Amino acid sequence: MSTDKPKVATASLAGCFGCHMSILDIDDRILQLIDLVDFDKSPVDDIKEFTGRCAVGLIEGGCCNEENVRVLQDFRKHCDVLISLGECAICGGIPAMRNNVPLKECFDEAYRNGPSVHNPSGEYPSDPEIPLLLNKVYPCHEVVKMDYHLQGCPPPADTIWAALTALLTDKPVELPYELIKYD
Amino acid sequence: MMSDRITFTIDGVEVQADPGQTILQAADAAGVYIPRLCAHKELNPFGACRICTVMVNGRPQAACTTPAANGMIIENETEELTDNRRSIVEMLFVEGNHYCMYCEKSGNCELQAMAYRLSIMVPRHPYQFPDKDIDGSHPDIMIDRNRCILCARCVRASRDLDDKNVFQFVGRGKEKKVWINSEAKLSDTDMDVTDKATDICPVGAIIKKRTGYEIPIGQRAYDHKPIGSDIEEAKATAESN
Ligand code: SF4
Ligand code: SF4
Ligand code: FES
Repeated sequence: MSTDKPKVATASLAGCFGCHMSILDIDDRILQLIDLVDFDKSPVDDIKEFTGRCAVGLIEGGCCNEENVRVLQDFRKHCDVLISLGECAICGGIPAMRNNVPLKECFDEAYRNGPSVHNPSGEYPSDPEIPLLLNKVYPCHEVVKMDYHLQGCPPPADTIWAALTALLTDKPVELPYELIKYD
Repeated sequence: MMSDRITFTIDGVEVQADPGQTILQAADAAGVYIPRLCAHKELNPFGACRICTVMVNGRPQAACTTPAANGMIIENETEELTDNRRSIVEMLFVEGNHYCMYCEKSGNCELQAMAYRLSIMVPRHPYQFPDKDIDGSHPDIMIDRNRCILCARCVRASRDLDDKNVFQFVGRGKEKKVWINSEAKLSDTDMDVTDKATDICPVGAIIKKRTGYEIPIGQRAYDHKPIGSDIEEAKATAESN
């Protein structure tokens, strides 16, 4: 029925879902958005795999593990325009605070020495289901090419709206001063 | 005396200066904003950040340290200079650890405001995530070197305005850092919270304890107006009168 509408896909990598909350924060404009686009792979509709080519991909969070990298590469493959949404996607954000702590120390703190840890065997979790951590958290554009970056923690709904409507109507993304904020 | 006045142009607009004024000072007085980070009205010019670089008769010069001279042809807002400024600001971001989302200075920070003014959406240089330290020893003041941009405002303010010499740089290149005049801790210096050096940091590297997040979002210095608008508006007001 709606096959001619462009598709939008979203993913949350090493983020807190705050940016996704901000997508929902466009309030009733979400109805206009649904007139403009169909959502493809996204936590918003719980579609797990791409069903086809997408016009726009929104990425929240940077890459902290191998699965994040795979998802990001998959998005790059399927999306015409890929957007880093928010500080964590752009600069690693809060998860990147571990970047100047050696990985072993992070593991020890999380699974051995942390004040609330009970782990008598001292083993690190090693289930094959758990994605391997990367040596550090990478901003998305240091892993694949990103076409746009929407700043903010999270980016305000107005920023997301302005960028999405511009892109979907083939207009340049021009954000006014008040919509470029790093906090 | 009229004959003492110096006349030159910035981006084709005629600007007057008094003898001894730098290009930056004359531009400020004329309502032309030249972006800057290390320059400060109360401090002697230092020339650390190079954001204020303009073309003087075709050659790059720091506007904050170069005296104005008759007949200078100065370019300020060219595509190339703006991109150079962006690149410097981007380097300052990737060479520190700037987590604006929880920084006490956010909204009032001159580095962040410069990035906003220049519409920086992402740095072109890779993030370094350097290892920097924090000094929280002083009862009222904290140093967070993750955010220091080595502008030397604190160094100059403490020495020249407070008569104290609390700060100095140590190391070179990427090891360079702002240090204090004691073995290790700010609490061992004679730094006082009322010192000029406490308030003069353009970023969140020297902050007063227990004052963070006092100003609500929406009312902070650069929430609505770009850095430099005060200088530009002074000119606009003068012209409409
Ligand atoms: S000092 Fe400025 S740029 Fe750095 S984190 Fe704080 S607000 Fe952001
Ligand atoms: S602490 Fe602040 S004032 Fe001092 S050099 Fe660093 S950024 Fe400049
Ligand atoms: S303002 Fe001129 S070098 Fe920093």
